[in-house]
Amino acid sequence: MSRRSRRHFLNLSATTLGGLLVYTLDRRPFRVHAQAGTLKLPLRFFTEEEALTIAAAAARIFPSDASGPGANEAGVVIYIDRQLASAYGRDQYRYTQPPFEQGVPEQGWQGKETPRELYRAGLKTLGRFHLLTSAEQDAKLHQIEHTPFFSLLRTHTIEGIFCDPMHGGNRDLIGWQLIGFPGPHMSYFDDIDQHYGTPFRPKPSSLAQILGHPVRPGEDTEP
Amino acid sequence: MKKLPAVDVAIIGAGWTGLTMAKELATRTGLKILVLERGGPRETRDYLDNMDELDYAVRLRMMQPIRDETVTFRHAPRDRALPVRQYGSFLPGTGVGGSGEHWSGISYRYYPHDFRRLSHIVEKYGHSRLPEDCTVRDWPITYGDLEPYYERAERLMGISGKAGNLNGRRIDGGNVFEGPRQSEYPTPPMKMPHLAALFREAAQTLGYHPFPLPAATTSVPYTNPDGVRRAGCSFCGYCERFGCMVGAKAQPTNTLMPILAHHPNFELRTGAWVRRIVVEGRLAQGVQYADARGEECLQPAGLVFLASWTLNNTRLLLLSRIGEPYDPDTGRGTLGSNLTHQVTVPAATVFFDKPLNSFMGAGSAGVAIGDFDALDHSHLDFVTGGALYTVCYGTRPIANFGALPPSVHGPNWGSEWKKAALNFYDRTGSVRFYGEHLAYRANYMDLDTVYKDRWGDPLLRMTLDWHENERRLVDYITPRALEIAKALGAVETAPFTGLKRYDATRYQGTHVQGGTIVGANETQSVVNRYLQHWRVANLFVLGASAFPQNPSGNPTLTAVALTYRTADAVVEKFLKHPGDLA
Repeated sequence: MSRRSRRHFLNLSATTLGGLLVYTLDRRPFRVHAQAGTLKLPLRFFTEEEALTIAAAAARIFPSDASGPGANEAGVVIYIDRQLASAYGRDQYRYTQPPFEQGVPEQGWQGKETPRELYRAGLKTLGRFHLLTSAEQDAKLHQIEHTPFFSLLRTHTIEGIFCDPMHGGNRDLIGWQLIGFPGPHMSYFDDIDQHYGTPFRPKPSSLAQILGHPVRPGEDTEP
Repeated sequence: MKKLPAVDVAIIGAGWTGLTMAKELATRTGLKILVLERGGPRETRDYLDNMDELDYAVRLRMMQPIRDETVTFRHAPRDRALPVRQYGSFLPGTGVGGSGEHWSGISYRYYPHDFRRLSHIVEKYGHSRLPEDCTVRDWPITYGDLEPYYERAERLMGISGKAGNLNGRRIDGGNVFEGPRQSEYPTPPMKMPHLAALFREAAQTLGYHPFPLPAATTSVPYTNPDGVRRAGCSFCGYCERFGCMVGAKAQPTNTLMPILAHHPNFELRTGAWVRRIVVEGRLAQGVQYADARGEECLQPAGLVFLASWTLNNTRLLLLSRIGEPYDPDTGRGTLGSNLTHQVTVPAATVFFDKPLNSFMGAGSAGVAIGDFDALDHSHLDFVTGGALYTVCYGTRPIANFGALPPSVHGPNWGSEWKKAALNFYDRTGSVRFYGEHLAYRANYMDLDTVYKDRWGDPLLRMTLDWHENERRLVDYITPRALEIAKALGAVETAPFTGLKRYDATRYQGTHVQGGTIVGANETQSVVNRYLQHWRVANLFVLGASAFPQNPSGNPTLTAVALTYRTADAVVEKFLKHPGDLA
């Protein structure tokens, strides 16, 4: 926790973080009321400028559009910020002994850079990305779409949309509602051999909701 | 180094094989048993909080911390080996229960011909049909030898399934190609998820012989012969990479630990990282390990069981200089030879226009066909087999979002991609294939010359690649998988694009075999038919490291059956007359 930066906050209007949602039958979330006001979120890794940049890029990867809400509403940037601040961001989930050599693709990623370093470098490439038009943003992403940074950002965007909300993303279970995923659920014994070919969409719940107590996410537990 | 009081038995590794051995010795002898496990403690109630895809399936909380130790990998001896820096093709577990906690639970018996694989190929097709550089072997154990132990392993775990061959009588609905079984499975087959039901119907229509996957995710509440009771599966969909919160999936923690935990002669020491087996002359004296605080300890023991999964079994013998390391150039030495994985491919990806509700499922809820394990290869350009199957393990969104049929083009991000990916999210399935992986001269393990683990010991180096036989097997299977895929009612299908080089980044199942293989003589193997080390009579090496090659199916049930057989030999023979059992 001591690593959290207390100097930077992300100020977002509550509407961009998703308001109240109603559940429709098949992956069609519908927001009825936007809550008023502004949310002030403490950042752990990014500066506010960096957070706005990453949020804008994630929103082009998984946009808010006619097919439903996207990365901004799900809080993807909050998810990424927490991951980068954690042991994961410092590359504690990889074997990082030198020497670092270039291998064949089947030997897997051999890069020396930590996720934090990849983001810092990627942010430089993106520049003041959040001030560009959507078309300019897409053009910029097309330029870098084969880089390790983009690949990581895309992976993190998907993780931030669909993770359990304890990790900071999937706010209001938006991601799970989009695809009709109910989240963790104790039993489908009575349903597993039913509903053949028709959508079965139990109302989603987070892990904390089904357990009735909060669960400590990995990013808050230093390995 | 701190010298500890001696124990009768030291077991390295608290997974399926180590704890099965511990249970047998604890309940049948008066020996003092110590199990050393380098990971942490675990029990069923820990798993209530683990239904989280990110921490468990993405960050891999149940696996060995890869920052401490990994393997290096190269395709051929002339290549430069590099470390596998993030997990890919297999996922070794750690902590009590080992990989037996996070497994899927698919529990096949091997076929009778698997145990005499070399003879079987040569008798049917002649020596000339053996692939070049192939080192396929017969086991010194027959299916008949192992059958009673298969039965014990199945009863231990309460495997769900349907027999296809009861004492020679063929039973439709089971795997009619299997070897004869003495008795029916302990519990009935699992309920049928939608995709599995579609697969069964399609396979039947095409003239195949579908059978329910034999499942350690037990279908109904079950009390095993040891009196351990487990719940039935609830199909929550959190099996592979997770521990079972209801205890329905047989795991060492819910199946073996209830017997062992309070046994007066049993001690489990976690955080104990064994670094060497200490041998003097032809006898193991004990083991040397680093404890949870990093202090080096010498643990004397009268009998040592090495049960630390395929890769570490091999590595620990190499580090301890027990036996002669295998040299692929000269063929001398045996330790590290016959490294195999499993030919595991998504043979056909299937896209539907109806939802599958695929979030429901279990790691071994599915259907397979054994028809391709029983091929006549007379007019084929390969000599091996395998099974097509589908398993409804319960799909989760991070890993599965973004699968798209071939008709969808464009970048894998943005509005168009999102729309298509949302549409196909719960409309995508897979006809999978697992097939035999033969052993070859240059697929082996030794110690790396550059990279080290957290203690400064050399990493294990894997040299591994596919050969033409495996590529042709996949080429043969893929169109047949597509045919089944179409019969499932697919709107689109996508074939697997072919087996090229061995890819350490694509998950292919945690089924790695070989390195300390079993054999009839010391010149070709590391352990005898009781898994006793040829040169160190009080050292036994348990697990799939003993398999001379991969016989298509998943290894756990066979590894446990072999452990039971070794336990009988130790209790009935070795303890009465210590010495070589073969």
